[in-house]
Amino acid sequence: MTSCSVVLEAPVRRVAIFGGTHGNELSGVFLVKHWQKNGAEIQRSGLQVTPFITNPRAVKKCTRYIDCDLNRVFDPDNLGRKVMEDIPYEVRKAQEINNLFGPKGSDVAYDLIFDLHNTTSNMGGTLILENSRNDFIIQMFHYIKVKLILNKLLHIYFYMLLKDCIPVQGLNYTDSWAKHPVGVEVGPQPQGVLRADILDKMRKIIKHGLDFIYLSFLGEEFPPCTIEVYRIIEKVDYPRNKNDEIIAIIHPCLQDQDWQPLNKGDPIFLTCDGETIAYEGDSTVYPTFVNEAAYYEKKQAFMKTVKLKLTHALSPAS
Amino acid sequence: MAALQRLQPVRRVAVSGGTHGNEMSGIYLVKHWLREPSALQRDSFSATPFLTNPLAIERCVRYVGRDLNRTFTKQFLNSKAARDEPYEVQRAREINHLYGPKGSAEAFDFLFELHNTTANVGACLIASAQDNLLPMHMCHFIQTHCTPGYYPILLYNLPDQETYSISSVAKHGLAFELGPQPQGVLRADLFTQMGALMACALDFIDLFNKGTTFPAFEMEAYRFIGSVDYPRHPDGELCAAVHSKLQDKDFLPLRPGDPIFQTFSGEEILYQGHTTIYPVFINEAAYYEKKIAFNKTEKCSLSIPALQRE
Repeated sequence: MTSCSVVLEAPVRRVAIFGGTHGNELSGVFLVKHWQKNGAEIQRSGLQVTPFITNPRAVKKCTRYIDCDLNRVFDPDNLGRKVMEDIPYEVRKAQEINNLFGPKGSDVAYDLIFDLHNTTSNMGGTLILENSRNDFIIQMFHYIKVKLILNKLLHIYFYMLLKDCIPVQGLNYTDSWAKHPVGVEVGPQPQGVLRADILDKMRKIIKHGLDFIYLSFLGEEFPPCTIEVYRIIEKVDYPRNKNDEIIAIIHPCLQDQDWQPLNKGDPIFLTCDGETIAYEGDSTVYPTFVNEAAYYEKKQAFMKTVKLKLTHALSPAS
Repeated sequence: MAALQRLQPVRRVAVSGGTHGNEMSGIYLVKHWLREPSALQRDSFSATPFLTNPLAIERCVRYVGRDLNRTFTKQFLNSKAARDEPYEVQRAREINHLYGPKGSAEAFDFLFELHNTTANVGACLIASAQDNLLPMHMCHFIQTHCTPGYYPILLYNLPDQETYSISSVAKHGLAFELGPQPQGVLRADLFTQMGALMACALDFIDLFNKGTTFPAFEMEAYRFIGSVDYPRHPDGELCAAVHSKLQDKDFLPLRPGDPIFQTFSGEEILYQGHTTIYPVFINEAAYYEKKIAFNKTEKCSLSIPALQRE
């Protein structure tokens, strides 16, 4: 194999760290606020690293959002809406963020954005990949994982959203218009709660991520690598009655079992009457975002994923 | 030891869920019982389930205007309806009308409140004070008869303090506080446990109504003595998180010199008190705005006299 360099046409130099895209996910909120007061630990010589609170009103109210989910409005329609009085707060905010760190798709846009999130699910440290052909990100994920395991800090998972699994409008996440969007998701942590252990994990993920960017900026080359990713294939809703009310809960056997194999016949829900509902799919899947608080309204009890391997610079291999 | 005490039988019983609209175990149990009330029926009585704060439940928030469970005081219950008053003040008067009036002979005999916390309190039983014998015997019955588990008893009322929670509307009351569970999340294990607690408590009332004598006993309880706020910057922002060595250690002894917070710059803050205390509600989501990082309690031993119905 020829030497596969991750050096791009222009190195990644301008990096933003977003916290508070959801105002009640507190690890990112407090890390970003801390770095705004004292940013020494995120600065790397030659790089421009900007910590930023994306949804300040939701942060102040300690709620996920004010009018609509900020993390779903970065699409051309919303970014192009004229500013009028009745425009949702988050759409206005998205336009502002696009002006500051974008514009989406332009040369002046920031090179890489870390968007910091928490989940109530037992997902540990998770990095979200939006494009299976992004060699730079695949190398970075591999680097972070090796560093974390080496230091016995935590195991980290890679969760892949692919454009072809998201219906029509494409990805509209807060960071998805950057050249290199990186979602960081650490759990379990209740909404509105700040846990020291979760904060520490997120902090270490960012530290190693920035180290990688810095080493790349200095011209270091990384050998080809392979990472294992969990690719989303389907959302599963709660069982509901005619009035759309939830009538069953995530089964105790599935609760907290994110990333563990789920096979045909395994329990997934428990009805309020005590009956078990089993998984009926034929193939093994790996559930994630099991019992995430914010997904009740989105009608998602958990996500089904499949495991696959990605080798950088190549298409997904089986 | 004190002589046998006698109390009136308990006929009118209510079970409230969703006093805080994002504490899901009680909300889903009450919704379930509203559809299928048989689980709340016993030979000597039937308990009435109701949703306490429907608007907050619909929005999945703790409250809409103000914390409903701090609103059952004379100040609010005796207030006149006003156009700009918080929704919860109006709702508190309604509940007082339906299940009270607080302090009157017409009030319900017993009111249960169902709560969740993000803190690791297990299945905590919360009573206002030890002098209300019926809930204390109920707690003891649960500790000795319910499925094996940890059922610590918390006495929340300071001496001479006016009661303010929903259960204070009835003659007797008890709160079940189960955690840890995130706000807006329903966990099957806690749902099942809360259902079992409720069944056990209703069995106790039924036995009491049927004339069972409950002998005197000694018990351990935790008495609320105060709270500790987070360290903050001058602008009010937190500058530290609960220390990882204190996180999830509810009801365990905290000694002078033990770490309680860690700042975002990495410094440890130690507990400065002079005596051992027992922290509870450590890192409860809803208490950030109340400026409570954890509550302090002291452990006490109580002697509870025997009890029988009149």
